[in-house]
Amino acid sequence: MSRVLVPNEALANALGANELARELQVRGHEVIRTGGFGLAWLEPMLVIDGEAYGPVQDLDALDAVALGPLAKLPELVRQQRIVFDRCGHVDPMDYDPSWLLEQLEREPREIIEEIKASGLRGRGGAGFPAHIKWQTVFDAVCETGAPQKYIVVNADEGDSGTFADRLIMEGDPFRLIEGMMISGHATGADKGIVYLRSEYPLAAEIFANAMEKAKALGLLERFDIELFIGAGAYICGEETSMLESLEGKRGEVRFKPPVPAVAGLFGQPTLVHNVITLCSVPGILDMGGKAYAEIGTGASTGTSTFQLAGNIKRGGLYELPFGISLRELVEDWGGGTRTGRPFGAVQVGGPLGAYLFERHLDTPLGYEDMAALDAGIGHGGLVVFDDTIDLVQQAHYAFAFCAHESCGKCTPCRIGSVRGKEAVAALASGEYTEDRLEVIDELCDLMEQTSLCQMGGMTPIPVRSALGEALSRKGEVN
Amino acid sequence: MRLDDPDYGTPASASEEQVAVTIDGSQIKVRAGTSIMRAAIEAGIPVPKLCATDNMESFGSCRLCLVEVEGRRGVHASCTEPVREGMLVRTQSEKLAKLRRGVMELYISDHPLDCLTCSANGDCELQDMAGAVGLREVRYDEGENHLSAAVDASNPYFVFDPSKCIVCSRCVRACSEVQGTFALTIDGRGFDSTVKTGAEDFFDSECVSCGACVQACPTATLMEKTVVEEGVPDRSVRTTCAYCGVGCSFRAELKGDQVVRMVPDKLGKANHGHSCVKGRFAWGYANHPERAVKPLVRDKITEPWREVSWDEAIAEAASRLKAIQAEHGLHAIGAVTSARCTNEEIWTVQKMVRTAFGSNNVDTCARVCHSPTGYGLKQTYGTSAGTQHFDSVLHADTIVVIGANPTDGHPVFASLLKRRLREGARLIVLDPRRIDLVRSPHIEAELHLPLLPGTNVPMMNAFAHVVVTEGLVDEDFVRERCDPESFAEWREFAARPENAPEVVQEITGVPAADIRAAARLYTSAKNSAIYYGLGVTEHSQGSTMVMAMANLAMATGNIGREGVGVCPLRGQNNVQGSCDMGSFPHELSGYQPIVDASVRDKYESAWRVKLLPEPGMRIPNMLDAARGGSFKGIFIQGEDLAQSDPNTQGVEAALGNMDCVIVQDLFLNETAKFAHIFLPGTSFLEKDGTFTNAERRINRVRKVMQPKSGRSEWEAVQDLSAAMGYPMHYETAEDIMAEVASLTPDFAGVTFEKLDRLGSVQWPCNDTAPEGTPIMHEAQFVRGKGRFMLTDYQPTDERTNRKYPLLLTTGRILTQYNVGTQTRRTSNIEWLDEDRLEIHPADAETRGVRTDDWVSITSRMGEIVLRAEVTTRVAPGVVYTTFHHPATGTNVVTTDLSDWATNCPEYKVTAVEIRPANHFSAWQEVYQDRNQRQRELLPEE
Repeated sequence: MSRVLVPNEALANALGANELARELQVRGHEVIRTGGFGLAWLEPMLVIDGEAYGPVQDLDALDAVALGPLAKLPELVRQQRIVFDRCGHVDPMDYDPSWLLEQLEREPREIIEEIKASGLRGRGGAGFPAHIKWQTVFDAVCETGAPQKYIVVNADEGDSGTFADRLIMEGDPFRLIEGMMISGHATGADKGIVYLRSEYPLAAEIFANAMEKAKALGLLERFDIELFIGAGAYICGEETSMLESLEGKRGEVRFKPPVPAVAGLFGQPTLVHNVITLCSVPGILDMGGKAYAEIGTGASTGTSTFQLAGNIKRGGLYELPFGISLRELVEDWGGGTRTGRPFGAVQVGGPLGAYLFERHLDTPLGYEDMAALDAGIGHGGLVVFDDTIDLVQQAHYAFAFCAHESCGKCTPCRIGSVRGKEAVAALASGEYTEDRLEVIDELCDLMEQTSLCQMGGMTPIPVRSALGEALSRKGEVN
Repeated sequence: MRLDDPDYGTPASASEEQVAVTIDGSQIKVRAGTSIMRAAIEAGIPVPKLCATDNMESFGSCRLCLVEVEGRRGVHASCTEPVREGMLVRTQSEKLAKLRRGVMELYISDHPLDCLTCSANGDCELQDMAGAVGLREVRYDEGENHLSAAVDASNPYFVFDPSKCIVCSRCVRACSEVQGTFALTIDGRGFDSTVKTGAEDFFDSECVSCGACVQACPTATLMEKTVVEEGVPDRSVRTTCAYCGVGCSFRAELKGDQVVRMVPDKLGKANHGHSCVKGRFAWGYANHPERAVKPLVRDKITEPWREVSWDEAIAEAASRLKAIQAEHGLHAIGAVTSARCTNEEIWTVQKMVRTAFGSNNVDTCARVCHSPTGYGLKQTYGTSAGTQHFDSVLHADTIVVIGANPTDGHPVFASLLKRRLREGARLIVLDPRRIDLVRSPHIEAELHLPLLPGTNVPMMNAFAHVVVTEGLVDEDFVRERCDPESFAEWREFAARPENAPEVVQEITGVPAADIRAAARLYTSAKNSAIYYGLGVTEHSQGSTMVMAMANLAMATGNIGREGVGVCPLRGQNNVQGSCDMGSFPHELSGYQPIVDASVRDKYESAWRVKLLPEPGMRIPNMLDAARGGSFKGIFIQGEDLAQSDPNTQGVEAALGNMDCVIVQDLFLNETAKFAHIFLPGTSFLEKDGTFTNAERRINRVRKVMQPKSGRSEWEAVQDLSAAMGYPMHYETAEDIMAEVASLTPDFAGVTFEKLDRLGSVQWPCNDTAPEGTPIMHEAQFVRGKGRFMLTDYQPTDERTNRKYPLLLTTGRILTQYNVGTQTRRTSNIEWLDEDRLEIHPADAETRGVRTDDWVSITSRMGEIVLRAEVTTRVAPGVVYTTFHHPATGTNVVTTDLSDWATNCPEYKVTAVEIRPANHFSAWQEVYQDRNQRQRELLPEE
């Protein structure tokens, strides 16, 4: 009888992990359902008495997929797993709260100081320094009603090619609970709400189980946690729309100021963070903010949970220090395109991220380095294309995505996205008139500068990067 | 041409702090928290905008109002960006111009280009803004659009044309923030975002047709049908609504002398630019074909009417009244004033009675609604009026609504109240019915005490019991402000075991725990306010109940500042004024007793007549005397006794027994069917004068069009008075108010000039309070020390028994107004054109009654038949109906019982039985017959 780790994770399950687990049990093995390691191309990946195998199709043909000892698996050991250190190794419900309870004895100010020292920035996309938000919520005076501050977790992971939030919530939900409770303790919030997208039923189930477990451990007596399932709108990943949605309203963007840290959920001071931001907190407190700040590059400290997807050979999640180059990520970690054709482009940071090309591949992945290219890191998702990419189509898709997902509140996004889509469609059908290009360019300016939120404000990024490249290449051909 | 007042885009900031900013080079000081937009507009610097309007919170969706701020990147929406000290703002630059044009180009790429034929042509903000930003072309190809979206014309008063919608959400926000109904939402997202109701169309939705959305709409998407049909108005006159006691200010917008629309006035201090379906839309009765505009005379009520000249009618009226006095004595005639008329009109009638008639036989229709308010508050506090201004509710933490249904009866105040509830105030409702305030979108009463009709007093005594026995008395307040002796007695009284909630629960049907919780909730808040209506006053213990509430407010220190008080919601536009003007048999203006010789002296020397010291007859006394044969002539102005007073058959007998019934009204109403002389009246659109609302606010009523009758009421009364031997010499309504001010201490400082200058004032307005008094009893009570009154409970004689096992209570609905004389003659009847009986499913079941079935209501007084509505809004044992339609004859079943102190009828408690019916009641058949015969007696067109 062997001790077998079988991932209970959406991708692995889709590829047969549940069936493998049942079969292993039938055969009398001790099966432990863990989280996934995030090595998508190896799923379903089993760890049998410390030896890794994957992708496993047939339990009787394991030798063909033997990966060697887990502890030496290069794709894992070469990562710097701070957020994901436990994920994959353990049964998510097997949790000892003693470390957390120790942290909750610390002075709130001291914790905020650690966060400040760490240089932690929001992992949802904006890269805003976390400690400023924490300090604001800590300082906030509740203006209306009973004093109540909130921690709201953005788990509405809607960017194409991203799955970090899902992996951690399926594989190590207590990491998120730790982050929530520590941030709540530090800022004076005793209620936390996780806004989870409806497309993640397994994450919802596992997180709900973790909440039960936390309750049994007595943790929820000091900090209440609620799990809220979204209704399928991308825009609710925008923090103010999310707050509207949590209030039971239509998911529509609010203007700022006031920022949520001052007047957020139900008008109360609210710390809104992405899952990964909060999940970075325990590691920071564990190693100390200063040590954390030494990881990474420049003002981009610590690790990022890069997610490689699209036309890529070794897709998956790689937690690595900021500063790694695009090329390393795409070529070394990802192994190049899955089709084997030459690299064409990579869209970094979700559907509102820039398309970057061969000439950009040596850029280090840091907030400032990417900003210099008019690009961003977003939530750390990278979608790779080979050289067959149709860039005009991608520009069209950018507008179409915005048109589909716009909340409809502000004019530039509501109408501009549709007019942009139509104009690029006309362009795609061959009408490359100067006038039309000028209209698209002006529309991009307009959306960028006047949209109420980044949905409309960032749509020009993929449009411009894709279309600009397409036009310059067209010029080469001519 | 724009008729409205400047729109500052965002609401005014309440901050006391000032900040200095520079906008386009101009140094400006504004309150902290002001938006850049408002700061600019206040300084006369226009900022383009579409989604912003100053009666709603800023929203930030249109992105036209962009500005640049020195030292900050990018452009900023000026509506959502607050000013900061030292900020340097630019509202105009090449970059801003280009961006604004770009936004406008997007709007117009999905908007019909039919400006010239559009109903909003000349009154369209989108059109204005396209001009302002200099849009010259739309460069986008024709693409997806909403140009063929279908028009919804289901509402009788406005159309919804979504093809013109720019999705600014102003309508949705108006419905939510201003009205508080939440009938509108944005459906879909992105380009598919459309304004929707929760139903197929506006008419079937939860929309209450308050008009806030129509007013908010910057385009022709939501537009009054009158504007669609007649075009944009070209001038406006500020005036005051003539429906309920809220007294909303309006701008009557006209073309020539025809009203095109009524638009609530932002400067109105009672309504701040909000309105309800009645004031906003139901004014068409003024031009209704049934409007009677010529004087009519007949000898007997079975004879046809003769059209006569004004002079002939006046002469005829005077000679008949004098003949009656010659034959039956001085006291055989009297008059009834109307709470629908202006202060000046009412003043003239009571003066005519006291001079030309030579008696005090004048009463007002306030007799049948709020007379106990006047009595009760005078006894306890010293003044016959509510203590607060409406805006006070925005400072209340606990709000108690007793026997009132504000969302139907006082909708504009209800919106203010609901706003406060959404801000977190807590609500207690005491009402036999589950009124809308108990639970509707975004509000919910913390406690609803569905007490049995007629049990208000023991309920309030139980509140008092909890207060005194649980140590909840505000001892400091009582010691400093109240009369100690009466308080000591009251404390002892309240503590008696019979007032304990555990005992009272058996009487009221409300569990003791709820009573205790409510009393504690009222007491525990920083500011608690009581708002009440006719469910308090129209009882045989109406005055007792008013005093019980007044006691409670005093004992808990909830009087004399913002957010507290005892506040009557007056039913009619000028109930307060009709009482203030001395149209009471026992009081002269400003509640000065007729029995007081020094008071009489003052009036006698002003009027140069001798006044009788003895009080005259109240309305019920007059009717009794008429039935008895000693009261023979009556002048009734703007009041329909035959429909509105209780025990209809008794009223009919009284009217039928008189020799000269003179009715002055807009229409030949039910009372006019018993009249010998009819004098045509004027609608509020034709009046010049003042109305005084429920917060003692004296509002100007201005002549929007010439009287269709050719003569104002006060002119007609002045003529009648002269014909009877007492000439008055008023040239204008203003002259009348000058006399009121000279004789009435609380009105001493009131002049038309001041009202025009300030918009309105709340009395007392005199040398100590030259600009009026929003809150009464601030430093001390008007009577000095507040007096506690003992409030023993004397149950009504009207009891249920086996024969009459149910209690009927009456009220009204949103779209109809009282006896419906006006609202029945508007499209408001499209909502409900009949009175219906509400009955609980349990009571309906045992009687075999289903919704829409015809049922009879039988009481000890009579029987009527109407259709049933089975609903849990009423509790088992209680049934409810309205009295809007004369053919129903609701008051055929109500009783002669009345308030012990003021004779206010007990409309709210009648023991009845309900049975399925298949034919009209005997009274209804007589009514229909009379109606037909009287119709035939009208002069030919």
